[in-house]
Amino acid sequence: MADKKSGANLWDIFLQFLIIGAISFGGGIIAYERILLVEKRKWLNADEFMAYLAISQTMPGLNSVNLAVLTGDFLRGVAGSVCAVLGLLLPGSAFILGIGILYSSNSNHPMANIILAGIAAAATGLLAAITYRIGGDHWRHMKSLAIVLATFVLMSLFKLSLLAVLAIMAPIALYLYRPGKSI
Amino acid sequence: MNILIQLGLNFVLLSLLAVGGGTAVLPEMQSILYAHFGLDHTQFVHMYSIGQLAPGPNMLMVLMIGYQIAGLAGAGIVLLAFFLPSSILCFYVGRLWVRIGESPWRRAVQNALEPISVGLMASGVYAVGKASIVSPLTAGLALITLYLILRTKINPVIVILGSGLVATLITQFL
Repeated sequence: MADKKSGANLWDIFLQFLIIGAISFGGGIIAYERILLVEKRKWLNADEFMAYLAISQTMPGLNSVNLAVLTGDFLRGVAGSVCAVLGLLLPGSAFILGIGILYSSNSNHPMANIILAGIAAAATGLLAAITYRIGGDHWRHMKSLAIVLATFVLMSLFKLSLLAVLAIMAPIALYLYRPGKSI
Repeated sequence: MNILIQLGLNFVLLSLLAVGGGTAVLPEMQSILYAHFGLDHTQFVHMYSIGQLAPGPNMLMVLMIGYQIAGLAGAGIVLLAFFLPSSILCFYVGRLWVRIGESPWRRAVQNALEPISVGLMASGVYAVGKASIVSPLTAGLALITLYLILRTKINPVIVILGSGLVATLITQFL
Protein backbone atom coordinates (compact mmCIF):
# COMPACT_ATOMS: atom_id res chain seq x y z
CA MET A 1 0.00 0.00 0.00
CA ALA A 2 3.00 2.28 0.40
CA ASP A 3 3.39 3.25 -3.24
CA LYS A 4 1.49 6.39 -4.16
CA LYS A 5 -0.79 6.28 -7.16
CA SER A 6 0.08 9.26 -9.29
CA GLY A 7 -3.00 9.09 -11.51
CA ALA A 8 -5.26 11.19 -9.28
CA ASN A 9 -5.03 14.93 -9.64
CA LEU A 10 -5.67 17.19 -6.66
CA TRP A 11 -8.52 19.11 -8.24
CA ASP A 12 -10.33 15.85 -9.04
CA ILE A 13 -9.83 14.58 -5.47
CA PHE A 14 -11.29 17.83 -4.11
CA LEU A 15 -14.19 17.81 -6.57
CA GLN A 16 -15.14 14.17 -5.99
CA PHE A 17 -15.18 14.58 -2.19
CA LEU A 18 -17.04 17.88 -2.61
CA ILE A 19 -19.78 16.02 -4.47
CA ILE A 20 -20.05 13.49 -1.63
CA GLY A 21 -20.12 16.34 0.91
CA ALA A 22 -22.98 17.96 -1.00
CA ILE A 23 -25.24 14.99 -1.77
CA SER A 24 -24.93 12.85 1.37
CA PHE A 25 -28.14 14.00 3.02
CA GLY A 26 -29.16 11.65 5.81
CA GLY A 27 -25.80 9.98 6.35
CA GLY A 28 -24.25 6.95 4.68
CA ILE A 29 -21.06 8.81 3.74
CA ILE A 30 -18.85 5.73 4.05
CA ALA A 31 -20.94 4.04 1.34
CA TYR A 32 -20.57 7.05 -0.96
CA GLU A 33 -16.82 7.07 -0.32
CA ARG A 34 -16.58 3.39 -1.19
CA ILE A 35 -18.45 3.92 -4.46
CA LEU A 36 -16.11 6.80 -5.36
CA LEU A 37 -12.83 5.16 -4.35
CA VAL A 38 -13.39 1.57 -5.40
CA GLU A 39 -15.92 1.73 -8.24
CA LYS A 40 -16.10 5.18 -9.81
CA ARG A 41 -12.41 6.20 -9.88
CA LYS A 42 -10.86 2.82 -8.95
CA TRP A 43 -8.28 4.62 -6.80
CA LEU A 44 -8.31 1.72 -4.30
CA ASN A 45 -9.09 -1.96 -4.54
CA ALA A 46 -11.61 -3.51 -2.15
CA ASP A 47 -8.91 -4.79 0.24
CA GLU A 48 -7.12 -1.44 0.43
CA PHE A 49 -10.46 0.23 1.12
CA MET A 50 -11.23 -2.17 3.99
CA ALA A 51 -7.75 -1.66 5.47
CA TYR A 52 -8.15 2.13 5.47
CA LEU A 53 -11.70 1.87 6.80
CA ALA A 54 -10.43 -0.26 9.70
CA ILE A 55 -7.82 2.37 10.63
CA SER A 56 -10.48 5.11 10.31
CA GLN A 57 -12.68 3.26 12.76
CA THR A 58 -9.86 2.65 15.21
CA MET A 59 -8.68 6.24 15.42
CA PRO A 60 -10.64 9.00 17.20
CA GLY A 61 -12.59 11.38 15.01
CA LEU A 62 -15.32 10.89 12.44
CA ASN A 63 -14.87 7.75 10.39
CA SER A 64 -15.81 9.44 7.12
CA VAL A 65 -13.33 12.28 7.71
CA ASN A 66 -10.53 9.92 8.79
CA LEU A 67 -11.13 7.86 5.65
CA ALA A 68 -10.79 11.02 3.54
CA VAL A 69 -7.52 11.86 5.36
CA LEU A 70 -6.04 8.41 4.75
CA THR A 71 -7.10 7.92 1.15
CA GLY A 72 -6.16 11.51 0.24
CA ASP A 73 -2.68 10.80 1.64
CA PHE A 74 -2.51 7.49 -0.22
CA LEU A 75 -3.33 9.24 -3.50
CA ARG A 76 -1.35 12.48 -3.27
CA GLY A 77 0.28 12.88 0.16
CA VAL A 78 -0.50 15.81 2.46
CA ALA A 79 -2.03 17.88 -0.35
CA GLY A 80 -4.34 14.99 -1.24
CA SER A 81 -5.50 14.71 2.38
CA VAL A 82 -6.21 18.42 2.60
CA CYS A 83 -8.15 18.44 -0.69
CA ALA A 84 -10.25 15.41 0.29
CA VAL A 85 -11.16 16.73 3.75
CA LEU A 86 -11.90 20.27 2.55
CA GLY A 87 -14.14 18.91 -0.20
CA LEU A 88 -16.01 16.67 2.22
CA LEU A 89 -16.58 19.39 4.84
CA LEU A 90 -17.23 22.46 2.68
CA PRO A 91 -20.86 21.97 1.51
CA GLY A 92 -22.19 20.87 4.90
CA SER A 93 -20.32 23.68 6.66
CA ALA A 94 -21.89 26.30 4.39
CA PHE A 95 -25.33 24.73 4.92
CA ILE A 96 -24.92 24.58 8.71
CA LEU A 97 -23.56 28.11 8.96
CA GLY A 98 -26.50 29.45 6.94
CA ILE A 99 -29.00 27.72 9.20
CA GLY A 100 -26.97 28.69 12.29
CA ILE A 101 -27.31 32.36 11.42
CA LEU A 102 -31.06 31.94 10.90
CA TYR A 103 -31.40 29.99 14.15
CA SER A 104 -29.54 32.59 16.21
CA SER A 105 -31.88 35.34 15.03
CA ASN A 106 -35.15 33.38 15.21
CA SER A 107 -34.77 30.84 18.00
CA ASN A 108 -37.39 32.43 20.23
CA HIS A 109 -40.12 32.49 17.62
CA PRO A 110 -42.97 30.29 18.99
CA MET A 111 -43.60 28.62 15.63
CA ALA A 112 -39.88 27.85 15.21
CA ASN A 113 -39.87 26.22 18.64
CA ILE A 114 -42.74 23.87 17.74
CA ILE A 115 -41.04 22.80 14.51
CA LEU A 116 -37.73 22.34 16.36
CA ALA A 117 -39.41 20.23 19.04
CA GLY A 118 -40.67 17.87 16.33
CA ILE A 119 -37.30 17.80 14.61
CA ALA A 120 -35.47 17.12 17.90
CA ALA A 121 -37.81 14.24 18.77
CA ALA A 122 -37.12 12.64 15.40
CA ALA A 123 -33.37 13.22 15.74
CA THR A 124 -33.49 11.33 19.05
CA GLY A 125 -35.30 8.45 17.38
CA LEU A 126 -32.73 8.50 14.57
CA LEU A 127 -29.80 8.45 17.01
CA ALA A 128 -31.38 5.56 18.91
CA ALA A 129 -31.82 3.63 15.66
CA ILE A 130 -28.21 4.29 14.58
CA THR A 131 -26.93 3.28 18.03
CA TYR A 132 -28.93 0.06 17.88
CA ARG A 133 -27.69 -0.72 14.38
CA ILE A 134 -24.02 0.15 15.03
CA GLY A 135 -24.21 -1.90 18.22
CA GLY A 136 -24.95 -4.96 16.07
CA ASP A 137 -23.62 -8.09 17.73
CA HIS A 138 -22.45 -6.15 20.78
CA TRP A 139 -26.04 -6.33 22.08
CA ARG A 140 -25.86 -10.12 22.06
CA HIS A 141 -22.40 -11.00 23.37
CA MET A 142 -22.12 -10.96 27.17
CA LYS A 143 -18.61 -9.50 27.17
CA SER A 144 -19.31 -6.58 24.88
CA LEU A 145 -22.76 -5.95 26.37
CA ALA A 146 -21.13 -5.66 29.80
CA ILE A 147 -18.71 -3.03 28.42
CA VAL A 148 -21.58 -1.15 26.73
CA LEU A 149 -23.58 -1.09 29.97
CA ALA A 150 -20.62 -0.18 32.21
CA THR A 151 -19.71 2.70 29.88
CA PHE A 152 -23.31 3.94 29.85
CA VAL A 153 -23.61 3.77 33.65
CA LEU A 154 -20.30 5.61 34.24
CA MET A 155 -21.17 8.30 31.71
CA SER A 156 -24.91 8.86 32.24
CA LEU A 157 -25.62 7.76 35.81
CA PHE A 158 -22.33 8.41 37.63
CA LYS A 159 -21.82 11.43 35.36
CA LEU A 160 -18.06 11.00 35.10
CA SER A 161 -16.20 13.03 32.48
CA LEU A 162 -15.51 11.39 29.13
CA LEU A 163 -11.78 11.37 29.88
CA ALA A 164 -12.40 9.50 33.15
CA VAL A 165 -14.77 7.03 31.49
CA LEU A 166 -12.18 6.23 28.82
CA ALA A 167 -9.37 6.01 31.38
CA ILE A 168 -11.39 3.38 33.26
CA MET A 169 -12.98 1.48 30.37
CA ALA A 170 -10.26 1.45 27.70
CA PRO A 171 -7.69 -0.58 29.69
CA ILE A 172 -10.37 -3.03 30.85
CA ALA A 173 -11.73 -3.50 27.33
CA LEU A 174 -8.25 -3.72 25.81
CA TYR A 175 -7.35 -6.43 28.33
CA LEU A 176 -10.53 -8.36 27.54
CA TYR A 177 -9.92 -8.11 23.78
CA ARG A 178 -6.12 -8.49 23.79
CA PRO A 179 -4.71 -10.36 20.78
CA GLY A 180 -5.46 -14.04 21.02
CA LYS A 181 -8.77 -13.49 22.83
CA SER A 182 -11.94 -14.18 20.92
CA ILE A 183 -14.79 -11.69 20.60
CA MET B 1 -10.64 36.42 22.97
CA ASN B 2 -10.60 34.35 26.13
CA ILE B 3 -13.83 32.58 25.22
CA LEU B 4 -12.38 31.62 21.81
CA ILE B 5 -9.35 29.97 23.42
CA GLN B 6 -11.54 28.14 25.92
CA LEU B 7 -13.87 27.03 23.12
CA GLY B 8 -10.94 25.85 21.03
CA LEU B 9 -9.29 23.88 23.83
CA ASN B 10 -12.52 22.12 24.77
CA PHE B 11 -13.19 21.06 21.19
CA VAL B 12 -9.58 19.89 20.71
CA LEU B 13 -10.10 17.57 23.66
CA LEU B 14 -13.46 16.37 22.30
CA SER B 15 -11.84 15.75 18.91
CA LEU B 16 -9.17 13.48 20.40
CA LEU B 17 -11.64 11.63 22.64
CA ALA B 18 -14.14 10.93 19.84
CA VAL B 19 -13.64 7.18 19.79
CA GLY B 20 -15.82 5.44 17.24
CA GLY B 21 -17.05 8.69 15.69
CA GLY B 22 -18.46 12.03 16.70
CA THR B 23 -21.66 10.87 18.37
CA ALA B 24 -19.63 9.28 21.17
CA VAL B 25 -18.79 12.76 22.51
CA LEU B 26 -22.37 14.10 22.47
CA PRO B 27 -23.08 13.75 26.21
CA GLU B 28 -19.69 15.24 27.15
CA MET B 29 -20.15 18.07 24.65
CA GLN B 30 -23.59 18.82 26.04
CA SER B 31 -22.36 19.05 29.63
CA ILE B 32 -19.26 21.12 28.74
CA LEU B 33 -21.33 23.58 26.73
CA TYR B 34 -23.83 23.92 29.56
CA ALA B 35 -21.24 24.28 32.34
CA HIS B 36 -18.74 26.60 30.61
CA PHE B 37 -20.68 28.41 27.91
CA GLY B 38 -24.23 28.61 29.26
CA LEU B 39 -25.76 26.76 26.32
CA ASP B 40 -28.89 25.07 27.66
CA HIS B 41 -29.81 21.48 26.82
CA THR B 42 -32.76 22.46 24.64
CA GLN B 43 -30.62 24.73 22.46
CA PHE B 44 -28.01 21.99 22.21
CA VAL B 45 -30.56 19.43 21.11
CA HIS B 46 -32.09 21.85 18.60
CA MET B 47 -28.69 22.42 17.02
CA TYR B 48 -27.81 18.74 17.04
CA SER B 49 -31.12 17.98 15.34
CA ILE B 50 -30.80 20.65 12.68
CA GLY B 51 -27.33 19.28 12.00
CA GLN B 52 -28.88 15.97 10.99
CA LEU B 53 -30.57 17.76 8.08
CA ALA B 54 -27.27 18.93 6.57
CA PRO B 55 -25.30 16.94 4.00
CA GLY B 56 -21.82 15.75 4.91
CA PRO B 57 -20.49 14.45 8.24
CA ASN B 58 -23.24 14.64 10.88
CA MET B 59 -21.11 16.48 13.46
CA LEU B 60 -20.75 19.62 11.34
CA MET B 61 -23.42 20.98 13.67
CA VAL B 62 -20.53 22.00 15.96
CA LEU B 63 -20.17 25.00 13.62
CA MET B 64 -23.61 26.17 14.65
CA ILE B 65 -22.66 25.82 18.30
CA GLY B 66 -19.48 27.83 17.73
CA TYR B 67 -21.50 30.50 15.92
CA GLN B 68 -24.11 30.68 18.67
CA ILE B 69 -21.44 31.11 21.37
CA ALA B 70 -18.91 33.39 19.67
CA GLY B 71 -20.10 34.37 16.19
CA LEU B 72 -18.21 33.65 12.98
CA ALA B 73 -14.84 33.47 14.77
CA GLY B 74 -16.38 30.91 17.14
CA ALA B 75 -17.61 28.82 14.22
CA GLY B 76 -14.15 28.91 12.60
CA ILE B 77 -12.34 28.00 15.81
CA VAL B 78 -14.70 25.12 16.56
CA LEU B 79 -14.42 23.77 13.01
CA LEU B 80 -10.60 23.70 13.24
CA ALA B 81 -10.49 22.48 16.83
CA PHE B 82 -12.95 19.64 16.27
CA PHE B 83 -11.72 18.33 12.91
CA LEU B 84 -7.98 19.14 12.76
CA PRO B 85 -6.47 17.30 15.78
CA SER B 86 -8.12 13.94 15.10
CA SER B 87 -7.31 14.28 11.37
CA ILE B 88 -3.62 14.99 12.03
CA LEU B 89 -3.43 12.10 14.46
CA CYS B 90 -5.10 9.78 11.96
CA PHE B 91 -2.77 10.99 9.19
CA TYR B 92 0.40 10.09 11.09
CA VAL B 93 -0.90 6.89 12.64
CA GLY B 94 -2.17 5.86 9.20
CA ARG B 95 1.31 6.28 7.70
CA LEU B 96 2.83 4.34 10.58
CA TRP B 97 0.31 1.55 10.13
CA VAL B 98 0.94 1.25 6.43
CA ARG B 99 4.66 0.98 7.14
CA ILE B 100 4.53 -1.62 9.91
CA GLY B 101 1.64 -3.55 8.36
CA GLU B 102 -1.49 -4.96 9.92
CA SER B 103 -0.85 -5.98 13.53
CA PRO B 104 -3.12 -8.07 15.76
CA TRP B 105 -3.17 -5.09 18.13
CA ARG B 106 -5.01 -2.88 15.67
CA ARG B 107 -7.87 -5.39 15.61
CA ALA B 108 -7.68 -5.64 19.42
CA VAL B 109 -7.89 -1.87 19.84
CA GLN B 110 -10.84 -1.67 17.45
CA ASN B 111 -12.65 -4.56 19.16
CA ALA B 112 -12.09 -2.95 22.56
CA LEU B 113 -13.21 0.53 21.50
CA GLU B 114 -16.35 -0.58 19.65
CA PRO B 115 -18.46 -1.53 22.69
CA ILE B 116 -17.21 1.55 24.57
CA SER B 117 -18.29 3.74 21.71
CA VAL B 118 -21.69 2.01 21.58
CA GLY B 119 -22.05 2.68 25.33
CA LEU B 120 -21.16 6.34 24.77
CA MET B 121 -23.68 6.56 21.93
CA ALA B 122 -26.31 5.11 24.25
CA SER B 123 -25.41 7.88 26.70
CA GLY B 124 -25.87 10.28 23.80
CA VAL B 125 -29.38 8.93 23.16
CA TYR B 126 -30.13 9.37 26.87
CA ALA B 127 -28.76 12.93 26.96
CA VAL B 128 -30.50 14.03 23.77
CA GLY B 129 -33.70 12.18 24.75
CA LYS B 130 -33.93 13.86 28.14
CA ALA B 131 -33.94 17.27 26.47
CA SER B 132 -36.14 16.41 23.50
CA ILE B 133 -38.78 13.99 24.79
CA VAL B 134 -40.87 16.29 26.93
CA SER B 135 -44.46 15.34 26.03
CA PRO B 136 -46.53 12.41 24.74
CA LEU B 137 -46.32 13.98 21.26
CA THR B 138 -42.51 14.14 21.19
CA ALA B 139 -42.27 10.61 22.64
CA GLY B 140 -44.57 9.37 19.88
CA LEU B 141 -42.60 11.12 17.15
CA ALA B 142 -39.31 9.70 18.47
CA LEU B 143 -40.73 6.16 18.53
CA ILE B 144 -42.23 6.46 15.04
CA THR B 145 -38.85 7.69 13.75
CA LEU B 146 -37.04 4.81 15.45
CA TYR B 147 -39.43 2.37 13.79
CA LEU B 148 -39.20 3.96 10.34
CA ILE B 149 -35.39 4.12 10.34
CA LEU B 150 -34.98 0.53 11.50
CA ARG B 151 -37.71 -0.99 9.33
CA THR B 152 -37.67 1.00 6.11
CA LYS B 153 -35.10 2.52 3.77
CA ILE B 154 -36.62 5.98 3.94
CA ASN B 155 -34.09 8.86 4.04
CA PRO B 156 -33.68 10.19 7.62
CA VAL B 157 -33.88 13.79 6.39
CA ILE B 158 -37.43 13.19 5.17
CA VAL B 159 -38.45 11.61 8.48
CA ILE B 160 -36.96 14.49 10.49
CA LEU B 161 -38.62 17.18 8.35
CA GLY B 162 -41.89 15.20 8.42
CA SER B 163 -41.72 15.05 12.20
CA GLY B 164 -41.31 18.84 12.38
CA LEU B 165 -44.32 19.23 10.08
CA VAL B 166 -46.48 16.78 12.06
CA ALA B 167 -45.59 18.49 15.35
CA THR B 168 -46.62 21.84 13.87
CA LEU B 169 -49.90 20.56 12.42
CA ILE B 170 -50.91 18.75 15.61
CA THR B 171 -50.03 21.68 17.86
CA GLN B 172 -51.81 24.19 15.64
CA PHE B 173 -54.98 22.34 14.77
CA LEU B 174 -55.75 19.99 17.66
